[in-house]
Amino acid sequence: MSRRAAALVAGVVIVLALVPVVLGTYQTQLLTYGLTLAIAALGFNLLLGYTGLLSFGHSAFLGTGAYTVALMMRYLGVSSLELFILGGVVSSAALAALLGVVCVRHTRIFFAILTLALSQVLWTLAYKFFWITGGTDGLRVPFSQLTLLGGLINFPGADAFARFITYYYYYVLVLFCVCTALMWLIVNSPFGKTLQAIRDNETRARFLGVRIWRYRWLAFLVSGIFTGLAGILWVPLNGLVTPDVLYWPQSGKIVFFAVLGGFRNFAGPIVGAVIFNYLEVYAVAVTQYWQITLGVILIVLVTFLPAGIVGTAERLRARLKKKRAEQFS
Amino acid sequence: MEIVALQILNSLFYAAVLFLIAAGLSLIFGVMGIVNMAHGMFYALGAYVAAWSVGVAGSALAPAALFIFLPLAAVAVGVIGLAIESTLIRPFYRRPEEYQLLVTFGLLLVLEDVIRLVWGGTPLTASALVDSLGLVQIGGLPYPVYNILMIGVGVIAAAGIWAFVYRTKFGVLLRATAQDRRMAAALGIDVGRIYVLAFGLGCFMAGLAGAIVVPTQAAVLGMGVEVLVIAFVVVVIGGLGSLEGALVGALIVSALRTITIQFWEEIELAALYLIAAIVLLIRPTGLFGRKT
Repeated sequence: MSRRAAALVAGVVIVLALVPVVLGTYQTQLLTYGLTLAIAALGFNLLLGYTGLLSFGHSAFLGTGAYTVALMMRYLGVSSLELFILGGVVSSAALAALLGVVCVRHTRIFFAILTLALSQVLWTLAYKFFWITGGTDGLRVPFSQLTLLGGLINFPGADAFARFITYYYYYVLVLFCVCTALMWLIVNSPFGKTLQAIRDNETRARFLGVRIWRYRWLAFLVSGIFTGLAGILWVPLNGLVTPDVLYWPQSGKIVFFAVLGGFRNFAGPIVGAVIFNYLEVYAVAVTQYWQITLGVILIVLVTFLPAGIVGTAERLRARLKKKRAEQFS
Repeated sequence: MEIVALQILNSLFYAAVLFLIAAGLSLIFGVMGIVNMAHGMFYALGAYVAAWSVGVAGSALAPAALFIFLPLAAVAVGVIGLAIESTLIRPFYRRPEEYQLLVTFGLLLVLEDVIRLVWGGTPLTASALVDSLGLVQIGGLPYPVYNILMIGVGVIAAAGIWAFVYRTKFGVLLRATAQDRRMAAALGIDVGRIYVLAFGLGCFMAGLAGAIVVPTQAAVLGMGVEVLVIAFVVVVIGGLGSLEGALVGALIVSALRTITIQFWEEIELAALYLIAAIVLLIRPTGLFGRKT
C-alpha cells in the first residue's frame, strides 16, 4: 500500500468514526446497515472478482447467519452478541464447506444456477417449517435483549434505541475494519494471487500444479463466512428475520453491490453496498416503484459503466494524470 | 382410485404450463447462450394481459369468445419480447456471462414494477373461462373441463414447437445458429434476425403459459419471480438448451410436485431444488443436454 493510499484509508476511518457524533441516529442507523452489507459484499467479491465465480446463492449465507442468531435467541436464550457471532460463523462456515464441495465442481453459468438452486432449498425450509422458523412472520430479534462485549453493555428501557444504535455502529465499524483488513491480506497473499491466476487462466494454473478444486473450495468457504457474519450483524439491527433474506432476489442484490461499485476493484463492492443501501432506502421512501428505479440503474450500469463507480473513477483519475503528465513534459 | 386419476390430470396440466415456460427459457439459452433471469416475468405478463383483457371484454362478449384473448395475450408478450431483445439484450452478446445475467436481472426488477404500475397490487382473475366450460365427472368426482382442454393445448404446443424446430427451414437456421453462431453467420444466415425471433418465440411461450394458468389461479405480483426457479429446475433436469429435455423435465417436476404435495407438503419445493442440484452434479448437461 502506498503512503497516499494509507492516508486515504486513515482519513476514511476517521470520518466513519465521527459519523454518530456529527449525524443523527437515523443516519447512523442507515450507515450501520450499509457497513454490514459491505461485509457481505467483500465476501461475495472474493468469489466473483478474485476467483471468477458468479454466485447467485449468497442469500443462503446471509440468511444462515441471521437465522442462527434468531434461533439461538429463541430456543437457547442466548443474548450475547459474541456468542451469536461464534454460533453464526460456525453455522455459515459449515454450510459453505458443504455447499462448496458441491458447487465448485462447476464454473460459469452452472455454478450460478447450482448456488441458486441450493440457496432456495434453505429458503423453502425457512418458509415451510413455520413451527420452528415462524414462517413468513419470521423471528424477532429485539435489540433490548442484546448484550455486547460479554454482557458489559445492554440496552434496557424505552429510550435505549439511540444508545443502541451508537454502540452498535462502533461495534460494526470495528468488525468492518477488521474484515476489510483481513480480506486485503487474503487477496494479496499467495493464496489470493493463486485465485486470480485461476480466474485468468485455469488451464495454465493447472499446468503449474495448482489444485484448482481446493483453492476454489477455500475461496467459497471464506466467502460464505464473511457473508454469514454480515447476516449475523444485520439481524439485531433489523430486529426481525423473515424468509425474504434467503429468497433469491436477495442474492441478486448482493451481486448488484459488487457491480455498482465495480467488482474488479478491492474497494468497489464496499462502496457499492453502502451506496446501494442509500439508494434502496431513499427509493423506497420516495416511490412505491423503487424496483424499477433499481432495475434501470442496474441496466444502465452494466450497459455503460461495466467497471462500476470505483472502477470508472479510477479510470478517470488515470486519464487525468496522463493528461497532466503530457502537459508538463 | 379416482383421486389418483384427478391427481394425474392436475399433474399433466401443471406439466403443460411448466413445459411452455421451460421450453422458452431453454430455447433462448440454446440459441443465444443467455440465461434469461427475467423469463418468469414474461409468464407473469402473459397472465396479467390475459386476465385484464378478459376482464375488460368480459361483459361485452360471450364467454366462448373470450378464449381468443389467451393466444392474443401470448402474442402481445411475444411482441414485447421482440422489442426488448432488439433494444436491451442485443448489446450483450459479446459481453461476459455475468453481465448478461445482470442485465436480465435488472429487466426482472423493471418488469415487476411495470406490472405493479399498470395493474396495481390487487390480484386479477379470469375464472369466467373455467366456469364457462363447466365440470366433467371423472369416476364420480367433478373436474374442470378447462384443465383437460389446456392439457390438450400443451400437447399441441409441444408438437408445434417440435415441428417448427425440426421440420421447417427456419428451424434448420435456428439449430445451425445454436450449434455454431460464427459458422452460421459465415454461411450467410442473418444471425441477428434469428436471435430476435428466438427471443420473441421464447417470450411468446412463457406468455402463453401465463395466459393458460390465469383462469385457474389469480395473477399476483411475485408470480414471475416464483416460477423462475422452478423453470430452472426443469431445464437443469432436462438439460439446458434442449426441447425434449424441457418436456421430460416438466413431466418429472410436475409429477414430483404432485406426489410431495400429497404426502409431505413441507418438503415440496426443497425436494425439487435438491433433485436439480443432484442432477447438475451427476450430469451437468442434464438428461438431454449436449456438451457445450
